[in-house]
Amino acid sequence: MNVTTTDVVIVGAGGAGLRAAIAIAEAHPDLGVALLSKVYPMRSHTVAAEGGAAGVTKDNDSFDNHFNDTVTGGDWLCDQDAVDLFVREAPRELTRMEHWGCPWSRESNGRVAVRPFGGMKVERTWYAADKTGFHMLHTLFQTSLKYPSIKRFDEFYSTDLLVVDGRCRGVAAIDMRSGQLHLFRAKAVIIATGGAGRIFPFTTNGAIKTGDGMAMAYRAGVALKDMEFVQYHPTGLPGTGILITEGCRGEGGILVNKDGYRYLQDYGLGPPDPWPRKKAMELGPRDRLSQAFWHESRKGRTIDTPHGDVVHLDLRHLGEKLIDERLPMVRDLAISYVGVDPVHAPIPVRPVVHYTMGGIDTDIDAKTSLEGLFAAGECACVSINGANRLGSNSLTELLVFGARAGLGAARLAAGEGSHASETAIRATAAVARDRVGRLFRSTGGGESVVGLRREMNATMEAGAGIYRTDESLRRSCAVMNDIRRRYASIELVDKSNVYNTDLIQTLELGAMIDVAGAIIVSALERRESRGSHQRLDHEQRDDQSYLKHSLAHYVDGDDPRIDYRDVVITRSQPGERVYGGKAT
Amino acid sequence: MSERQVDLEILRYNPETDEAPAWRTYRVPCQEDWVVLDAINYVKDELDRTLSYRWSCHMAVCGSCGVMINGEPMLSCKAFLRDLPDRIRVEPLANFPIERDLIVVMDDFMAKLDSVKPYLVPREEKPIEDGEHLQTPAQLNKFKQYTLCINCTLCYAACPQYAHNESFVGPAALALAHRYNLDSRDVGRAAREDVVASNAGIWECSFVGACSDVCPHDVDPAGAIQQIKIASTMDYFKDLLMPGRGR
Repeated sequence: MNVTTTDVVIVGAGGAGLRAAIAIAEAHPDLGVALLSKVYPMRSHTVAAEGGAAGVTKDNDSFDNHFNDTVTGGDWLCDQDAVDLFVREAPRELTRMEHWGCPWSRESNGRVAVRPFGGMKVERTWYAADKTGFHMLHTLFQTSLKYPSIKRFDEFYSTDLLVVDGRCRGVAAIDMRSGQLHLFRAKAVIIATGGAGRIFPFTTNGAIKTGDGMAMAYRAGVALKDMEFVQYHPTGLPGTGILITEGCRGEGGILVNKDGYRYLQDYGLGPPDPWPRKKAMELGPRDRLSQAFWHESRKGRTIDTPHGDVVHLDLRHLGEKLIDERLPMVRDLAISYVGVDPVHAPIPVRPVVHYTMGGIDTDIDAKTSLEGLFAAGECACVSINGANRLGSNSLTELLVFGARAGLGAARLAAGEGSHASETAIRATAAVARDRVGRLFRSTGGGESVVGLRREMNATMEAGAGIYRTDESLRRSCAVMNDIRRRYASIELVDKSNVYNTDLIQTLELGAMIDVAGAIIVSALERRESRGSHQRLDHEQRDDQSYLKHSLAHYVDGDDPRIDYRDVVITRSQPGERVYGGKAT
Repeated sequence: MSERQVDLEILRYNPETDEAPAWRTYRVPCQEDWVVLDAINYVKDELDRTLSYRWSCHMAVCGSCGVMINGEPMLSCKAFLRDLPDRIRVEPLANFPIERDLIVVMDDFMAKLDSVKPYLVPREEKPIEDGEHLQTPAQLNKFKQYTLCINCTLCYAACPQYAHNESFVGPAALALAHRYNLDSRDVGRAAREDVVASNAGIWECSFVGACSDVCPHDVDPAGAIQQIKIASTMDYFKDLLMPGRGR
């Protein structure tokens, strides 16, 4: 096993990982950074974010507004000290992106333009047409090329954190090109591996979003926080699950059922007019909109298609010029993948798994409970998103907390952080080597990656979808336990070394099984309804018992152990979430 | 109605066991709205676990799934079976060494991206407190098209010059240099000129335009290269007339 010694290892080279790398390179050019990713940076799923990034910029807006929208949107499960910090840092980080060349869309006077977004009282979403994530990712990647201290290890699949003497001191990773296990010895490690949407069958998430980093931290003893909160985006294309941005509704698009009726007015989001109107109707929060779809579907008021039922997202009244200027990708995607030109016809859409609010438990400085380990971006849970993330907060989050993770790791590496000996690193990595080695040696187990993945996908959708019950969750929990046991009998078909994607998919499935277990058990134990976690058998929010973050702790071969931590409340006491006519 | 059957011929190569790449045919039952990537995924999941290829977003923005489809470089996630015959040949992108199966070596492309200094070189460092640079929509529109490159490298697979001379900086990297050169916030053009206007840079392009034809996002690298040639020529003559004023 080759060993590379550096100061900081970053796992994941999407938005958060790149931002962390740049933060380190700028603050401490003398520190070495090893940036590992299982894909080339430009392929990271930040690339697929469309609508924009939130940050207060208008004179009629304030940090308090952004704070209140975020905390209310999160159904009071956000840590308010973290949200305060987040909203204050947001405009600075977005301005920094501008200074690095991000092609933000502009007003006629040359200022950066903003658009309205769901659950936001004032328009504050910075955007680059409808390819904001793409432009942010490429701007960060290209900017990262300026810094000689950042050394990339593209197509390295990280398997394990290397913990020596109770501190995270490195990472074991498979160099996919050679198939060899490669060890990284460092003084600090940052995980920035994104979400885990691929646990579910119908998702906006790319194939790479398999929760690898979450599982790595979880197995190393760091809790996964608030995992029961999984966001369904209300508007995905049927069949493929391709994201159709909330920016469509920000620009004035409407949702109608099979009768052409704007059904959201029946779910506490109306009245429909005047439109567009902030925090009302189609600009309500994602959890409410996806839940409204579920009810419409139950009432038989949705439209049947071969890929499940849909409602219509109608943009026709926006006109071709505005659509081409601000939503060009949406037009292209709709024409290509469902044969609908939104200039002339409404787009069929349905709710689709989009985002994991939960993740690796971190504090406000992106630090985890494991000394030397930091996490940022979708894989982490600070928590600023609480029980339901507002659209356009996540692109900003990966900048704000990516930078903080970078600075924190750099401080540690430049200060009291130290390397473990190479001998200790090699000894610790034996576990990783054995785990991978076992997969190569095992024969006759008879279980397949594809079969188990399908079963997991099906049971997660059935048991832990938009609405959940004790019964549905228990059933899925039993299935997941069964899948976890059978995973041990998986047999690799491909036993070669170079780009063995059978092996990588098997390891990814292992990560997803661990993370799925945390989702299911956390959801089972939260006997209330809050934000994206809706229980048909416990319909009310219960602040008495559950104004708390859930913490899932890994238990080898068994269900996780769940405990709780109080939410940080500084100045906004839990109240009713009000949207529509009475929204303030 | 019976399902459509497609014969997917995939060029396979495992460097550990194969002396040379060889074709292998898979019969795939397809749904009418499938893209070639869906058919490749079917092969991986149902027929042959040993097939290796890159993909992620399935929405034509991550740029990882480019392959040759019946001889044309395309994103497999945006190549619809409805537009293709029942016999489909899939092979790794042309002009790149094969790593394994449909996976090609990206090192040369990554180095070329890096070589053109694809980042903003500002006139002066501006403190964050001073806010954003002003840039009108018209100024943005001057370079916006060239920001849309997803680095899928289809243009390198289509480029006859790159096929002929591997040192050619190539379409995507030159278009990206042009993107920054045209940005009203940038003053880095002179620093990029060493590579861009070198023998391996713009002058190597013979303006066949194949790069622009295959670009899935209409970036038009060929147009960018022509514009750089004109600008560089202007510089040359300006410099002759007024030494030192060319840039």
